[in-house]
Amino acid sequence: MLPSVLDGYDPQGFYCEMLRSAASRVIRERLSGLSIEALKRRATNANAELYNLGITFTVYSDAKTIDRILPFDVIPRVLSGEEWQHIESGIVQRITALNLLLDDIYHEQRILRDGVVPRDLILGNRNYRPLMRGIDLPYKTYVNICGTDIVRDERGQFLVLEDNARTPSGVSYVVENRHLMLRAFPDLLDQIGLRPVENYGTRLISALCDVAPTGITNPRVVLLSPGIYNSAYFEHVFLAREMGVPLVEGRDLVVEDDRVFMRTTGGLSGVDVIYRRIDDDYLDPEAFRSESLLGVPGLMRAYRAGNLALANAVGTGVADDKAVYAYVPRIIRYYLAQEPILQNVETHICREPAALRYTLDHLADLVVKPVGEAGGYGITVGPKASRAELDDCRTKLIADPANFISQPCIKLSVTPTLIDGRVEPRHVDLRPFAITGSSTWLLPGGLTRVALRRGSLVVNSSQGGGSKDTWVVA
Amino acid sequence: MPDVLLARYADSIFWLARYVERAENLARILDVNETFSRDSRGGQNWRSIVQLNSDEERFFASHDAPSVNNVVNFYVIDGDNPTSIVSAIRGARENARTLRPLISTEMWVQLNVFYNWLVALTAAELVPGNLSALFATIKEACQTHTGITEGTFFRDQGWYFYQIGRYLERADQTTRLVDIKYHLLLPNISDVGSPVDVGQWHALLRSAAGYHAYRRLHAASTTPARVAGFLLLNTAFPRSVHHCVWEVGRLLAEVKSHYGLRHGNDAAEELDRLRVLLGTLDISTILRRGLHEFLDSIQYQLIAITRELAIAFFGYTSEAFQAESASAQ
Repeated sequence: MLPSVLDGYDPQGFYCEMLRSAASRVIRERLSGLSIEALKRRATNANAELYNLGITFTVYSDAKTIDRILPFDVIPRVLSGEEWQHIESGIVQRITALNLLLDDIYHEQRILRDGVVPRDLILGNRNYRPLMRGIDLPYKTYVNICGTDIVRDERGQFLVLEDNARTPSGVSYVVENRHLMLRAFPDLLDQIGLRPVENYGTRLISALCDVAPTGITNPRVVLLSPGIYNSAYFEHVFLAREMGVPLVEGRDLVVEDDRVFMRTTGGLSGVDVIYRRIDDDYLDPEAFRSESLLGVPGLMRAYRAGNLALANAVGTGVADDKAVYAYVPRIIRYYLAQEPILQNVETHICREPAALRYTLDHLADLVVKPVGEAGGYGITVGPKASRAELDDCRTKLIADPANFISQPCIKLSVTPTLIDGRVEPRHVDLRPFAITGSSTWLLPGGLTRVALRRGSLVVNSSQGGGSKDTWVVA
Repeated sequence: MPDVLLARYADSIFWLARYVERAENLARILDVNETFSRDSRGGQNWRSIVQLNSDEERFFASHDAPSVNNVVNFYVIDGDNPTSIVSAIRGARENARTLRPLISTEMWVQLNVFYNWLVALTAAELVPGNLSALFATIKEACQTHTGITEGTFFRDQGWYFYQIGRYLERADQTTRLVDIKYHLLLPNISDVGSPVDVGQWHALLRSAAGYHAYRRLHAASTTPARVAGFLLLNTAFPRSVHHCVWEVGRLLAEVKSHYGLRHGNDAAEELDRLRVLLGTLDISTILRRGLHEFLDSIQYQLIAITRELAIAFFGYTSEAFQAESASAQ
């Protein structure tokens, strides 16, 4: 008999989601009926299909374009209905609190007066936008689209690692990965009560229409992209298609009399809602960075005049700041008078002297992160760092403590992954996507990112990460 | 959102169609030249291909002689040559990438796979014996694109601009094709009417897939004037200049009236003038006045129509169009 997929698989002492979960029993059994050769063949076909479909992110070097696929692992990551319910309620609670925080800091600033969050942490934050003061948003929704990064520790406990409240990406992979699995593994997912991910686009456009300027009954929605040279361009295309709206670039839009228009074959045509995949800084050269060619001059005038909705709202970067993150449990208690359903990873805020001392004393055991970076850059993982790297980190910490937080090194959960023709444990995280218009909805599952390098804890696509389909089963 | 079309999308869909049409025509010309264009000593003349797009200067900068290998490499896989097939399909794919929200997934996938295949082709595969099959594959890939588009593309404004682009490019390509052989229509050429000459005119018809249609009209004789007349003026042949120009005019009038587009009257007037010209001239008059000059003037008018379309619908200013055309050279 040929060796089957899970023969000889050893999670090496980590929390293995596949072996520990009762929900994945049927899938385990079916995988055991599959030979490793068959799995490899299906995996090869699936990755070729991604390339042909052009589900790629683009790397540019030497003026030549290189299309890379986000490596896809065919063994699904499985979550039970109960596990998902826990995550879902935790994220809804968290986003509710973050929206209340944003509304507050751009209006009365009660939370600052009450001393729950340090005033300078918010008002001195480079992502705080004074331009947003006093603007009232429909349903007080600032964060329309949120991608919360969640990990599991060695006991299987879900912990929030990061709130991505600006322009989180990755949802297109969730839907495309599912399409791929539906074609490649119909036998594996038959009759297991798999929750669908099909309707993300419908939910998104309906939430965007929720927040349209008042008095507009049939709003014109567009998606604003930096263009085909952006690494996430495929996702912009995907979302525009799923919503059935034009994918525009800054040069397609023009502001006249504080109203936004797009240039069409028949002349100028009005725009009411923009799902923008451009950072605040580049949105409007009149209001922010004047050298930006990606944005639209005058956009913020139209926004302030109430003639335009932007999703996400301008100024949400404060809410997903890594230093503000440390305060989110307190923010939840302050606004909602509830205990957080999902815990944070224990976080030391190095701007606080005691936390800095603790961090410097335990540097070799901690993960140190700069607060302003994304994409996994600038992180020092203590237990893996060399002497020189630790010394470098110490110097930077002492020079600018407010720029860092530190966290214990979480022994991330693993799940079986096909590596060079063998099935091995690899660390994963999870990014569920939440959409908020008048209320919050979560896409069941989310993007599972997997660190493909042996022993690596870094799952970012720019750093050797891949993805898996995430199955929420009944 | 079927009621409006972004100006930039209209531009992209127009050029997507043109690039694929251009690649198909080039494959046709190369195929026919490789198969049928033998002179009286059995040699092939590849120099005339290089004259097709006035590419002599660029070609001879990197090659010493128009040998079959040099010419085929130059026109199939040379990504630095803007008039090569791989460049045309790269242009089509880049436009398709921009248009992905608008076009069907099947259209995108086919162009993506086609382009990736072309890029991977090597000179070792472009050898006599392989060429005919290779050109057939390229031609079919272009036709597959056309078929997928016909079967899957949503019939809104974009469909009109796609077809307008395709017919404009085809008209232009047919004038270039006839122009290769125009010197054979000059007086005092000794082998006019000889068997070799007839063979070359048949080759011309074949490259435009017009040989059998021509035979149905003119069973008995092949004369250069009749072939040229057929390729330029016949109203029923889908690759004739007259037919293509007539289609562009019809499509422009339709898209303007269906979607209430106010602009584009200058383009419509240019087209009317050209349609009247092609409808009233006969081939003997054209030959008497000079075929090459006539073909040149048609090409200029097609460029003028493209400019009017770009200004009316694609969001260009007159200056931007000039700059774009200059950098495309």
